[in-house]
Amino acid sequence: MMNTQGKAIGMYIHIPFCQRKCHYCDFPSYAGMENYWEAYTEAVVKELTLKAEDFSQATIKTLFIGGGTPSLLPYRLIERILETVHSKYRVIPHGEATIEANPGTLTPDKLKTYRKLGLNRISLGLQAAQEDLLKKLGRIHSYEDFLHAVDLAHQNGFQNINADLIFGIPGQSLEDWRMTLERVTALDLTHLSCYSLKIEEDTLFGDLKNQGRLEEVEEELDREMYHMAIDYLAERGFAQYELSNFAKPHYSCQHNINYWECGEYMGIGAGAHSFARNRRFANTPDVAAYIGGIKTGEPLLSEDITLDMEDRISERMILGLRMNRGVDLEVLSLELNVDLEMKYAEKIEKLLAWKLVEHCGTVLKLTKRGMDLANSVFIEFID
Amino acid sequence: MGNERQQKIRNFCIIAHIDHGKSTLADRLLEKTGVLTAREMEEQVLDNMDLERERGITIKAQAVRMVYKAQNGEEYIFNLIDTPGHVDFNYEVSRSIAACEGAILVVDASQGIEAQTLANVYLALEHNLEIMPVINKIDLPSARPEEIIKEIEDVIGLEAHSAPQVSAKNGLNIESVLEKVIEVIPPPKGDEDAPLRALIFDSYYDAYKGVIAYVRLMEGSVRVGQTIRMMHTGKEFTVTELGYLRPGGIMPNDSLLAGEVGYICGSIKNVRDCRVGDTITRADNPAPEPLPGYKKAIPMVFCGIYPVDGSKYGDLRDSLEKLQLNDAALMFEPETSVALGFGFRCGFLGLLHMEIIQERLEREYNLDLITTAPSVIYKITKTNGETIELDNPTNMPDSTEIASMEEPIVKATIMTPTEYVGNIMELCQERRGVYEGMEYMEATRVILHYEMPLNEIIYDFFDALKSRTKGYASLDYELKGYKESKLVKLDIKMNNEIVDALSFIVHVDKAYARGRRMAEKLKDTIPRQMFEIPIQACIGNKIIARETVKAFRKDVLAKCYGGDITRKKKLLEKQKEGKKRMRQVGSVEVPQEAFMSVLKLDT
Repeated sequence: MMNTQGKAIGMYIHIPFCQRKCHYCDFPSYAGMENYWEAYTEAVVKELTLKAEDFSQATIKTLFIGGGTPSLLPYRLIERILETVHSKYRVIPHGEATIEANPGTLTPDKLKTYRKLGLNRISLGLQAAQEDLLKKLGRIHSYEDFLHAVDLAHQNGFQNINADLIFGIPGQSLEDWRMTLERVTALDLTHLSCYSLKIEEDTLFGDLKNQGRLEEVEEELDREMYHMAIDYLAERGFAQYELSNFAKPHYSCQHNINYWECGEYMGIGAGAHSFARNRRFANTPDVAAYIGGIKTGEPLLSEDITLDMEDRISERMILGLRMNRGVDLEVLSLELNVDLEMKYAEKIEKLLAWKLVEHCGTVLKLTKRGMDLANSVFIEFID
Repeated sequence: MGNERQQKIRNFCIIAHIDHGKSTLADRLLEKTGVLTAREMEEQVLDNMDLERERGITIKAQAVRMVYKAQNGEEYIFNLIDTPGHVDFNYEVSRSIAACEGAILVVDASQGIEAQTLANVYLALEHNLEIMPVINKIDLPSARPEEIIKEIEDVIGLEAHSAPQVSAKNGLNIESVLEKVIEVIPPPKGDEDAPLRALIFDSYYDAYKGVIAYVRLMEGSVRVGQTIRMMHTGKEFTVTELGYLRPGGIMPNDSLLAGEVGYICGSIKNVRDCRVGDTITRADNPAPEPLPGYKKAIPMVFCGIYPVDGSKYGDLRDSLEKLQLNDAALMFEPETSVALGFGFRCGFLGLLHMEIIQERLEREYNLDLITTAPSVIYKITKTNGETIELDNPTNMPDSTEIASMEEPIVKATIMTPTEYVGNIMELCQERRGVYEGMEYMEATRVILHYEMPLNEIIYDFFDALKSRTKGYASLDYELKGYKESKLVKLDIKMNNEIVDALSFIVHVDKAYARGRRMAEKLKDTIPRQMFEIPIQACIGNKIIARETVKAFRKDVLAKCYGGDITRKKKLLEKQKEGKKRMRQVGSVEVPQEAFMSVLKLDT
């Protein structure tokens, strides 16, 4: 049995601060906590230091600084964190290293520092190309800001740039969505994430929905938008490789693929999740509690689950099937030492009959219909 | 003339509308007579089922013996026999009344007389009971005792000016009630040397003693060791124990004598052998005639009850059997439904009885149930001359084989403040009611009389009545007989297959509206699935309404990264759980609510 030492793993660092909370966001991210930035950075540095010994043999193959809005922090704080990473961990040279940025927060100085620190991928939250929709979503930036940010990123040597987009926004027309896709594909981007808006509880949108003041768009329109994105982006050279992700050749996001392959990763910071030695655990999302826990030398966990064999099989299936390349049942059967074709024979037969999955040799993958109804597929692999 | 012993006994019941304070008054009487100290008293001792306490109604009759030291210095034995407060248990009420010489009529000082109260007063008068009015809740600011007294005198024709005015809640004037009982209610006067005749007014199954019969000895005496005979069923038992009833328990004694109220046990295994209303006599010296008025409890309302989880069928059967031990009126037999699997066809005295049984099954026996729409017994004459009784719509013969059909009709009495008369008339008309007349009880309250098909009443009528009268109207009904009627079976097809559990029988004039409503409701309740699901309401081969549940187009969680995995997996697990709770009907997954929601189409 291999252990984490010696493995290539992903590293995720969470920066839970935002200038303002978006109306749809249910992530652990907080506005108005500037007073905590310094202390939080120190806590992250300490957590990195605390865990370094455990992972002394591991290699960091991908790095992802996410949020929140990491680009909101003064760059010297990011510098402090990344210097710690590089001094305490073995990081693969030129491995994918992403930072998330809000277009309204980027400056040339920040971008220069990011490059200098080895970051080579920028993920920009754009969401929509229409000012009214941006406003509705509670974004702090304009479409102009986004264009400017892309320019700045290019000027400072970033070639690998992603933009996050949202469709199915109440009030968004099919034409709005087409326009967004047209505009972003006219820029020199390498990656696009297109998310169907989900109205979550405990967000402003969630509250409005509960009050009957906001309605989710019709399923039909949502899917029309989704299909349009798949077809249109393919024409423009972005191949879909996961339910919500599209990339130019060789630019799919390695850090995220590691999640869907159930690879190991360490999460640093408040609310960050880790997966190592079949154990899924997460730091508390509460910033103050997180800082307090780290100070005692023991991170405070809000989740800690050890997966048994059934869990592992199930996760491999449902996460693997998210990717367009599907799951090679033969390969996975060998790896997990279980005959998956036999184990799931009845279920696969049913899913095939419903035309939700297709079999290509030993590979099982979602059909186009299956991508729309992926949960109906996934629940068959859950007990 | 009764003897000296009987002169000191008073047997009485309390008649009151729900919420008028019957149980509270009973509590106060118990407290005052010193059976229990106030501290020992659990609130409302007589209602000892949880459900009763929650609903504030008495389901089973109960009885209790009290010793009261009167102002004249003498000690009296009071036997208070509590009566169920609902029309469904009318028969039990009549048996309780038959066991008494008098009744306390409790009337709320602000609400006045209600429909069921009046029905029970008439019942008591039929049995020649002395009625003793008590005006309760006089402490309320809205109390209007003078008007209520007038109402009692006008409507019932009882002298009410000397009625005690009390507040059971605050314990005000309770003493005057006790004194009045001695004065007004006559003592029993049965011959203690005559052959035994004891009326069973209630029975209760005890796991250790077997069936416990609650009895009123009209004549004669009985002792432990004697052989008794149930005069209607003919069954004989040896008395193993007998005695008096006290709150929450029993008080063994060696004999019971004429005029007394108590209990008798005889290792009786089945409550059916000890039916309410039957007369107990002694095998060695039997009475020539039983006491009058015995009848078997006949179920009037039927429905199918199925376990949500098919594997709980055995548990459901065991639970029904246990409930039946205590409830001779509950009937059930196995039934199968294509849609719902294995379950039981159950018969009840009325809607409330049905609801209570369902709730007890779910609450006390932890069962998740699906119940089908309630039905009544229809009488069908087939074209070949054969007649059948039908309580399950699924078994209705093809319309070509039916010569005629009859449905049960009830006499409904509705009491209401005058301002709602219009609403009620409208409602009754919608429900095929035939107006029979109206009487004024006082300037602002009336009694409406209607003749109505029972199948309209079991169908959500009570809720509709309450919602159209802000809860002020009260209803009482009794079976009047059968009447020929144009009835059809309405079927629901889902994905072109009939869902047997949703079929019901309805008057032809109402079939279209109800079919349409039902299809709409189902469309809203059934979640989108892999394919489009047509929902049709049909009479025979004729489709009268159609709706479509569109195929679902989107069932996907767009985002799933490192921090989402556990949470998203939980969502999927929940989704899977939800699916498991659905009923597979053909290829359609139907949530339980769908079977339930169609029961309430008018709300």
